Amino acid sequence: MAATKTRTSSFSRNLPAASSAQSPEIKCGPNGTFLVSSGIPDLDKTLGGGIPLGSLVMVMEDSEAPHHMLLLRNFMSQGLVHKQPLLYASPSKDPRGFLGTLPSPSSPKDDKSRSHDAEQEKGLRIAWQYKKYFGENQSNLDGQRGMILFRFIVLCEWEMLSFIRSLKSTVRSAIAVAIITFPSSLVSATFCKRWQHLADCLVSVKAIPDEDKELAKLLTGYQDIVGFLNIHRVPRINTQVPAVLEATTLSIKLQKRRYLVLECLNQAPVDGSSGSSYGTSGSCSGASSKSGSLDF
Amino acid sequence: MDSRARNLLDEALGLDQLTQLKPPLGGKAVLIEDCVETSGSFVLHQLIKRLLTAVPNSSNVVLFLAFANPFSHYDRILRKLGCNLGAQREKGRFIFVDMLNVECPVGEEGKAGGRSGLFALFANITKVLNALPESNRKCLTIVIDDVSLMEVAAHGSSDHVLDFLHYCHTLTSDYGCSLVTLNHEDIYSSMDGLVFLKQMEYAADVLVKVEPLATGLAADVHGQFDGLQMTVLNRGSLNNRMSNFQFRIKENSVEYFYPGARA
Repeated sequence: MAATKTRTSSFSRNLPAASSAQSPEIKCGPNGTFLVSSGIPDLDKTLGGGIPLGSLVMVMEDSEAPHHMLLLRNFMSQGLVHKQPLLYASPSKDPRGFLGTLPSPSSPKDDKSRSHDAEQEKGLRIAWQYKKYFGENQSNLDGQRGMILFRFIVLCEWEMLSFIRSLKSTVRSAIAVAIITFPSSLVSATFCKRWQHLADCLVSVKAIPDEDKELAKLLTGYQDIVGFLNIHRVPRINTQVPAVLEATTLSIKLQKRRYLVLECLNQAPVDGSSGSSYGTSGSCSGASSKSGSLDF
Repeated sequence: MDSRARNLLDEALGLDQLTQLKPPLGGKAVLIEDCVETSGSFVLHQLIKRLLTAVPNSSNVVLFLAFANPFSHYDRILRKLGCNLGAQREKGRFIFVDMLNVECPVGEEGKAGGRSGLFALFANITKVLNALPESNRKCLTIVIDDVSLMEVAAHGSSDHVLDFLHYCHTLTSDYGCSLVTLNHEDIYSSMDGLVFLKQMEYAADVLVKVEPLATGLAADVHGQFDGLQMTVLNRGSLNNRMSNFQFRIKENSVEYFYPGARA
């Protein structure tokens, strides 16, 4: 295949030597970044290929519904499938319980339980002693590709910020991605903004009420929609150009109760008697079909 | 178009004439305010590029206190804009202070040998300043990216951060060097936070606000730029020069245009 390709210019891109030895789950992104999949193909596509290594992803939770856990499950299982080192920290009393709910389409059951055991140990430790563990964290991550996931309850706000700041700088220098979920409603407005500014990638998850007739009229496929995912910020590492997305609000649907699908919002045909045509804020009327992935 | 477009930002910042003799920002303090939706870091990048490359063989020195991103990030961006930060760093014209991991705890002043982080940082700055030859001291520009992270590094003691900034302001009057700071306006929307921001705005000579368009996201226009230059004339009267235009950020440059006048 390479032999038949004609060289159009005398310059060829000088890829770093590491790319040849890379694992398949890391792609080359623009501006010298490397992208890792988030576990949700639709989200990867919206973010421009994936999450850049070294970025900090923040997920703003909705206090009413645990939809952010859906995202977390996908992130984690993606990392597990590719055997990347994972750190999971959670304020819940039983992090093991969460690990048990991970979807695992392809990895055999024995492998999964083994890698889970390793993660559980780290997970339990970090839930209660953030700072102490952080020192060990550094040595664990050097030279390894990995994912770090945190779920936060809010302690002292300034300490939390300084922890996130150190986490961000560690993740930038190590080859890792950190994903943090936090309840934005529990934090004061100013601190919420500070958290948002710290994030490279900022998304928020919102649940929708089960029986909302207004929304049902406005959107197609309302019954399948579990919630909305809003993308506030796309990682801009090594570049100053902002990313302007076509749609910043996506609907979260669960297909067959397991597969997470994100779609552009589709507006239902407008009934002549109802007055509003663009009711939902932030929604875009996409011409896409029901399935989220379009192949061009 | 290019030379005119450069003038819009340069005019807004007071960078009209860049000669070898005059210091680029004229000893002014610039405050750039941005928000989550629109980042103001492109102003910093443009400024650094103009300071380091506009006049060949100038003695401009940029001291960059980085709290937000590592050197590689700025290096890549400025390389696309046409400025080699690595080479400038070797020549001693670009001094990069990596504050990403540095905590600046503000301990008790009386502790023996326990200088608080911000104090040590300021000592560092004066050291750099004194290392320059006397005639070139006014060509130093201190750039801080960004102040909200400096507050986090100081564990929330905004008073100390303000003191640090005021000390930096005294450098502008004592030595004639310039100060450029970036901060996030939307963090300080509550009553208590507003005081901090107002103090910074009051001390600045040039105030720049970068905001998203009121109409929302657009691929062609990335935001709007509001600049205010305050100069005190000889007889004590205030001369305010306001600029208002929109911009579009590209990899290699930034386009500036008046609203509705896309070239």
